[in-house]
Amino acid sequence: MIRLTINGKTHEVDVDSNTPLLWAIREQVGLTGTKYGCGVAQCGACTVHIDGLPIRSCSIPARVVAGRKITTIEGLASGNTLHKVQQAWIDHEVPQCGYCQSGMIMAAAALLKEKPKPTDADIDEAMTNICRCGTFQEVRAAIHAAAKAA
Amino acid sequence: MILNPKISRRSFIAGTAAVGGGLALGLQLPFGPTVVRAADGSPEIGVWVVIRPDDTVVIRVVRSEMGQGTITGLAQLVAEELECDWSKVVTEYPTPGESVKRKRAWGDFSTGGSRGIRTSHEYVRKGGAAARMMLVQAAANQWGVPASECAAANSIVTHGPSMRRVSYGKVAEAAARLQPPKDVKLKDPKEWKVIGKPMKRLDTRDKVNGKQVYGFDLKLPGMLNAAIKECPVFGGKVKSFDVARVASLKGVRKVVQVGDSAVAVVADTWWQAKTALEQLPVVWDEGPNAKVSSASIAEILKAGLDAEQAFVGNQAGNAKQALAGAAKKIEAVYAYPFQNHVCMEPMNATARYTADKCEVWVPTQDGEASFAAVLAASGLPADKCEVYKINLGGGFGRRGAFQDYVTQAILIAKQMPGTPVKLLWSREEDMVQGRYHPVMQCKLVGGFDAANNLTGLHMRLSGQSILAAVRPAILEQQKGRDPLTFQGVADGGEHSIGYSFPNLLVDHAMRNTHVPPGFWRGVNINQNAVFIECFMDELAEAAGQDPVEFRRKYMAKYPRNLAVLNAVAEGIGWSKPAPAGTFRGVAQMKAFNSYVAAACEISVQGGNKVKVHRIVAATDCGYAVNPAQIERQVSGSFVYGLSALFMQECTVKDGRIQQENFNTYQSMRIAQMPKVETIIVEGGGDVWGGIGEPTICVAAPAVLNAFYKATGKRIRTVPLKNHGIELV
Ligand code: FES
Ligand code: FES
Repeated sequence: MIRLTINGKTHEVDVDSNTPLLWAIREQVGLTGTKYGCGVAQCGACTVHIDGLPIRSCSIPARVVAGRKITTIEGLASGNTLHKVQQAWIDHEVPQCGYCQSGMIMAAAALLKEKPKPTDADIDEAMTNICRCGTFQEVRAAIHAAAKAA
Repeated sequence: MILNPKISRRSFIAGTAAVGGGLALGLQLPFGPTVVRAADGSPEIGVWVVIRPDDTVVIRVVRSEMGQGTITGLAQLVAEELECDWSKVVTEYPTPGESVKRKRAWGDFSTGGSRGIRTSHEYVRKGGAAARMMLVQAAANQWGVPASECAAANSIVTHGPSMRRVSYGKVAEAAARLQPPKDVKLKDPKEWKVIGKPMKRLDTRDKVNGKQVYGFDLKLPGMLNAAIKECPVFGGKVKSFDVARVASLKGVRKVVQVGDSAVAVVADTWWQAKTALEQLPVVWDEGPNAKVSSASIAEILKAGLDAEQAFVGNQAGNAKQALAGAAKKIEAVYAYPFQNHVCMEPMNATARYTADKCEVWVPTQDGEASFAAVLAASGLPADKCEVYKINLGGGFGRRGAFQDYVTQAILIAKQMPGTPVKLLWSREEDMVQGRYHPVMQCKLVGGFDAANNLTGLHMRLSGQSILAAVRPAILEQQKGRDPLTFQGVADGGEHSIGYSFPNLLVDHAMRNTHVPPGFWRGVNINQNAVFIECFMDELAEAAGQDPVEFRRKYMAKYPRNLAVLNAVAEGIGWSKPAPAGTFRGVAQMKAFNSYVAAACEISVQGGNKVKVHRIVAATDCGYAVNPAQIERQVSGSFVYGLSALFMQECTVKDGRIQQENFNTYQSMRIAQMPKVETIIVEGGGDVWGGIGEPTICVAAPAVLNAFYKATGKRIRTVPLKNHGIELV
């Protein structure tokens, strides 16, 4: 049993020592907004925040982050108020299939926390998520819009 | 922990607990002899529209949403004629089983070939118009006035003379009892108010808050999870596997053989299933295909380039004679590799089987193809089968004609009757069990007379036929020929060539491999566009002419191809020099009845680092239903197309695919994304064009042509990583 603190709630989960955080979140805690795309830290679909930093949850064992503050896409909004990145994503109609977008949004939210007014170069460096639908043009526009929304 | 199924509103039908333990759509309830009701009891006004008492307009969509925006576009088409309040529109998927029961009331479910809108626009608009007429008639009947004195707008029927008004929700019951009109007239496109507008997608919100349920996310009470491994050598079989080695691992419930070629572990969680499967010793009978490699396949294709026998796809005049008498000839050989779709969400399906019912929940591009797979694998009759379509995390052609994962899920579930089993493929399984972009080589020979006029062109394709593997009946009708091979260079139809040459021969030496081919977004236009559009630049150079000017000479009979070519030439500023250090290329094609062209500006550092700065892309799809979504499909097409050009090849060694994940099969990131400017040309006409696929094919040749201008190097084989060239 390990204790995971996700979106402000504590969960006791029964996983063995190698179970990645991604699968503990999806299968034990039951939050499926965080996606599996590769399992090898390439695609970013599984991005969550750990103490505010973007982490690829497929490639970190759940036990390692026991007790740390974990935020998933489901916990990004405050109550009914969407995070400004989510709002920008709606305004710019970023998602196509949407499968990569939880990870994309978590990466963007973390970027804006670190750099409230990111340049294109900052975006290029921080946003390494794969999107097979190819939403990058809208992702970039939405990040800039979210930065302006302050 | 298993939660209750939480299924999106659109696929409410999938909530088996919702109404009467199952499907209630279309149920004939006693209180309205001819009224067909949706699951919540609201009346159908024809098969495409349900109006709820609170005025919610439910529009039925049977094409699958996989990101391309089709549910929004199709809803716009219905809403335009229905004259409903767009803010009250929701959509839902009828199920394939219900469609079968109702004699295919909704027509074709297949969502491929960029067909969603272009092949159903007419009947869905008519569905909207018929529903409007019935609602107006019902209101007129209620007021005792002629329907001709009433008008509908914004979900309200108004009687002009008396200014009485009634909302759709209030007359829906009465409307549903009327006979649908036979004579339905559609609006003139000039009157459109919803079609042609950048209406917001109907499915965005749940995609930014984690609520959207994909096949991967499905939860059913008592559900178990399965991981699978199929023989990595296509055509190979399971010889033996040692269940005892994993049976006692935590969470493992069952280890099963699936058909004759795969093994699956079923466990409480998928992670447990996957890790147990990795530890399961499996012995394969790999068969003779284990000797095949990329090199051996390439040899076979190479021989086809000069083979006697070939199927003719397009012929004008006598190309061979013209070439024999040419004053000058140029020749080039191109090649295009196997590529995987790599949908962001790997393949999956959930099945529950009992002797009385087989149900499958699946992200599918073709509900009816899934249904057929359920029938075949379950052995049950149609009235005991059902498919619930779940949102797709990408499709790109992998999830339509091929339902292998559905078959597998049922074969597993049959071994555990009553228990829902969710089969998820790992990314590794997804990469090595693809239905790959066909492998193709192409030899092109062009001949000129002494005045540098092109006198003949022979384009010899050698490689795989998709239809031979997937629709062999078509080949039988065609005496062995695969007409699809000639997409983009055909002599007519939705993929016809956009040039007239005095003497032309396009033919195909069919060389099939054991690697299963599939419909990869754009299908055969991708390689054919590289072959013909790069060679057009080679011909232009041989003739000492500008590539755009050279093309125009042969395009007089193709005004719509020419219009998009001209649009991108003007957009990129072709008549003026490119900005310092940048180089330009163009390409054009007709595909899926749309006309597409791209012009790009690139720079190359150190001879191999390519930056694509800007792409101007023009699309003439006849009618632009939702320009905002067209722009997104077009810009996204360059991500798909440039990833394929620069990074993607599935190689074969010992009969199996070598690339197992994104680390060896890369896909573009945002830093590599060019600025894409989309020009929409509305050519109108009776034939509508598609959007989801056409633009992909012009990405690669435009960039390859620019690369030549920048470096003087003609690259004729894809991907560019094999030449040490990277996209930066
Ligand atoms: S699933 Fe974690 S990076 Fe792809
Ligand atoms: S929106 Fe489909 S993968 Fe990104």
